[in-house]
Amino acid sequence: MGNLLEMRNIIKDFPGVRALDHVTLEVKENEIHALCGENGAGKSTLINILSGVYPYKTYEGEIFINGEKREFLHIKNSEEAGIAVIHQELALFEELNITENLFMNNQKVGRFGIDWAYMYKETEKWLERLKIRDCTPKTLIRNIGVGKQQLIEIAKAMRKNARILILDEPSAALTDSEIDILMENLAELKAHGVTCIYISHKLDEIERIADSVTVIRDGKNIDTKRVEDVDEAAIIQMMVGREINDMYPERNHQTGEEILEVSGFQVYSPEMPEKAIVKDASFNLKKGEILGLSGLMGAGRTELVMSLFGGFPGKYHGKVKLDGKEVSIRSPIDALKLGFAFLSEDRKSLGIIPTMDVKSNVSIACLRDFVNFIQINESKEIYSVKEFVKKLNVKTTSLETNIQNLSGGNQQKAILARNLLVNPKVLIIDEPTRGIDVGAKNEIYVLMNELTASGISILMVSSELPEILGMSDRILVLCEGEIVKEFDNRGKDISQEDIMFWAAGGNKVEK
Amino acid sequence: MMIIALVLIWGLFSILTQGTFLTARNMSNLFRQSVFTSILGIGMAFVIFLGEIDLSVGSVVGLTGGIIAILDVWNGMNPALSITLTLGAGLLIGLWQGFWVAYMKVPSFIVTLAGLLIFRGILVGITEGTTIGPLSNTFKIIGKSYLNNTVGILIGAVAVFFVIFIVFRSRRNKLKYQFETSSLIMEIFKLIVYIALIAMFVWMMNSYRGVPVSLLFALVALVIFSYLSRNTVFGRSVYAIGGNKKAAALSGINIKKVMLLVFVINGFMAALAGILLTSRLNAASVQAGTSAEMDAIGACVIGGASLAGGIGSISGAVVGAIVMASLDNGMSLMNMPMFWQSIIKGFVILFAVWLDMATKNKNKA
Repeated sequence: MGNLLEMRNIIKDFPGVRALDHVTLEVKENEIHALCGENGAGKSTLINILSGVYPYKTYEGEIFINGEKREFLHIKNSEEAGIAVIHQELALFEELNITENLFMNNQKVGRFGIDWAYMYKETEKWLERLKIRDCTPKTLIRNIGVGKQQLIEIAKAMRKNARILILDEPSAALTDSEIDILMENLAELKAHGVTCIYISHKLDEIERIADSVTVIRDGKNIDTKRVEDVDEAAIIQMMVGREINDMYPERNHQTGEEILEVSGFQVYSPEMPEKAIVKDASFNLKKGEILGLSGLMGAGRTELVMSLFGGFPGKYHGKVKLDGKEVSIRSPIDALKLGFAFLSEDRKSLGIIPTMDVKSNVSIACLRDFVNFIQINESKEIYSVKEFVKKLNVKTTSLETNIQNLSGGNQQKAILARNLLVNPKVLIIDEPTRGIDVGAKNEIYVLMNELTASGISILMVSSELPEILGMSDRILVLCEGEIVKEFDNRGKDISQEDIMFWAAGGNKVEK
Repeated sequence: MMIIALVLIWGLFSILTQGTFLTARNMSNLFRQSVFTSILGIGMAFVIFLGEIDLSVGSVVGLTGGIIAILDVWNGMNPALSITLTLGAGLLIGLWQGFWVAYMKVPSFIVTLAGLLIFRGILVGITEGTTIGPLSNTFKIIGKSYLNNTVGILIGAVAVFFVIFIVFRSRRNKLKYQFETSSLIMEIFKLIVYIALIAMFVWMMNSYRGVPVSLLFALVALVIFSYLSRNTVFGRSVYAIGGNKKAAALSGINIKKVMLLVFVINGFMAALAGILLTSRLNAASVQAGTSAEMDAIGACVIGGASLAGGIGSISGAVVGAIVMASLDNGMSLMNMPMFWQSIIKGFVILFAVWLDMATKNKNKA
């Protein structure tokens, strides 16, 4: 049984860097093949070559499908060959409904134009098949969660008769139950003869669903193994080139006095001003502490912290006391002045400024610090930015590189640098390691420890339970807009199940 | 990049006009003709960097031209006062439009489209549909006269000192923070090239009638606003908002204030251009400035600005204005019919921007 897909000796260069160096990928028919590697290792580049984003002639090396050499000049060529990619950044149209998206570019056309009846019926079938609940074919994409959106993308791909389905970090934005549904769907697709390439950092998922795994590091092949033959530690070692014994560094220091007190905080939806997304939230944050906010998607965590920072479009009100003094935060300008900093979970639309270079992206929140009279002292600016870029190990050819040329993880680190440059008292981080690979994750955690040791207090929102448990001193659990439970985590005796119980509203179920 | 295109265009026209294009007299005319669009382009550039648009600029030029004519001709007002009031009117117009865009969040396209109609209407109203002129002597000096040779040389000297100062100050700063600097010899060589260009320019202007007074306005505006856009927090904020408004807001930038200020600046520049135009034509008419916004936008995009916002430069806008003035000038020298000039200008804008986009994309991974 030959390989369904072979990519041989792929070489791809970008200005100043060789992204792929003689990389080879062999995928057998009907297997789920995991592709693993740190951010910037070259996984997305490899997939972009396979899908035709980087067409034939812009790379060296060969692609074989079922033994036949293929030259994709265009994305359509790869689609015709049966390759479908579900990207990390979903390619759906938010203002259109599920049916329109599902049939985008290949609508069913009858004698009088688009055959909506047929399309709605088909869409119903797909919703059933992929177990997508609580929506109809006419539901707008922007009204369904990321998990369902992703399944719609998969349905789109399947409609195009994909033989090779490529998923790029599929579970990055999913809750555990959504991940379960995804895994079920993938297993079923496999049973129906689909081959799948699964790009992920989530080693538990790879162990769960994949048959084999290929690890790439720094643009080169490291190894390919059957999943049953390796364990998590071995994969990490291959990805990172070193052992990571403790993902979460030890937190030893004492936390100090209360620095932030929030009471009666209420946040309303920007689209429906009567609907309260966060109800009567009250909590406090101590100096040097890491307070973890956990909860399911839709629990209101991001809305809460964004409103605290003054950056949420909906209405909000509540009492906030910083260092014992009551403060009013109506905009990010107020918040920054008071010593808050905010790292959003959505760096693409709320974080990076895509037209600017790394240096300007990092310095944008504290330009006034570099000003003599009215002029920005560029040398001072570069000096300070360089310091943090180095500290956070942001990999970039130079500070003048456009920020879009950095890998996702390095972009995240650059935005983190922006927030640290303002020397905050309270740092609010929403999903600190989203889209960051294993090696860099550990760096960020060590950094968070250093920050709290030096007196900065961190309010951390995270959907990764291991991260919540590994890093927080105290944990708050939100469920449907309310803070339902507080845990003291210093004894490290809380389990994931404990948190999930409260996050899922277990306490509300009648026994 | 655009400078190369400019040099090519100049080369082409000097061949096509058997050398007439490059004479001192024509070059002087050329630069004088480019002043109007340069000044409008500088104001418009900030608006475009912001990611917005201003369609009312032509009407503002007309209206402020009418105001200065009325104050001068019908009211015999002291020129210093009338100029101040007219510039003030430009500021107020900018304030009005900026308020609607920044605080009331009406799209700038709509606000300025309304402005285009409203201000042209007001112009016709206050001038009672008539052409008002001639203006007093001060305005003849502003619009049509030239600086005498000594003053021209003085300006050249100031420019030279300025350039030397900047180069050495930047060098000293870099050394202070232990950055690499290019070798001293390279920097001195570059300086010599700049000085040579300045000297050539002054000599060329002086050998006809001297540096045009109106050109002085454009040069000062270029220097001030170029500095503003590149070296100040305000400038950086404008680019940031144009690049990603939400991210800029979360980084503590006061979106409303910056947007308001940008429209105020544009109103001011339009008023300045209105005064210069009226001075040059020695009268204000109801047609003055029609379609000037298109030229301003054209200058900005030829100079590298992106209509999506976040990208572009002030000096680019000025080069763009000179490119467009060169096309007008060259084609006039060749006695091409007006309709050809329009067609060719349109194509040049199309290809200039396409070329700019194509070379930019090569640099992105």
